[in-house]
Amino acid sequence: MAVKVIIPTPLRAYAGKQESVEVQAATVAEALSALTTKFADLKKHLFAEDGRLRSFVNVYVNDEDIRYLQKDQTSVKAGDTISIIPSIAGGLRHAAL
Amino acid sequence: MSRAPLTVREEMLRRIHAHGIETYPYECCGALLGRDGDGSREVIDLVPLANRRDDSPRNRFEVTADDVRLAEKAAREKRLELVGWYHSHPDAPARPSEYDRDHAWPWYSYVIVSVQNGVAGDTASWRLQDDRTAYDPEPIETVEHPARIQ
Repeated sequence: MAVKVIIPTPLRAYAGKQESVEVQAATVAEALSALTTKFADLKKHLFAEDGRLRSFVNVYVNDEDIRYLQKDQTSVKAGDTISIIPSIAGGLRHAAL
Repeated sequence: MSRAPLTVREEMLRRIHAHGIETYPYECCGALLGRDGDGSREVIDLVPLANRRDDSPRNRFEVTADDVRLAEKAAREKRLELVGWYHSHPDAPARPSEYDRDHAWPWYSYVIVSVQNGVAGDTASWRLQDDRTAYDPEPIETVEHPARIQ
């Protein structure tokens, strides 16, 4: 079934500059998999090397945080909207440059 | 890779410094609102935010998804875009840490102010490279008033 995935501004350059992308999926995991199959460059920004969602990537289904639902196994139905919302973190120690 | 300068109104730079001094020795953080044009970006306003890392505010900051949505809403109301984030490094250089890089998003400008002994000093902006391996420096150009990008 077709669900809409809202792409956050910092990732739009990796998703054909689109604000949203429609994918066929029955769960959040399937939707994100379809999204990153379609736009491979998104993958490294959404998923860590172990394949899990990065800790600062938040996913909502119709405004409900999937952490409080069934995480990436949360079901989606036609017409649902999945939003990817950044959280921002950082701090000093161990200079990267 | 050399980036186009990030234009920042002087008042905004003063406010970022004041925020870093206010929260010293803890890290401050906030959102940068402005306009992103073809190869140019300007910071016009700020949304100072609370550092949600209560457990380790001296060397960590966190802006929750709810606060990100708040900042996006503030930007929309002002007909601006959320173009990046600022935070302070108490008693440390204005350079991204490994932890910063690991947690960064592409596209956003990350402005860091060094606050040494409670005094705001060097301020620098950084953009994450596409492959996430490093940051590019983004030169800061300060202006007194005007919005250059209309």
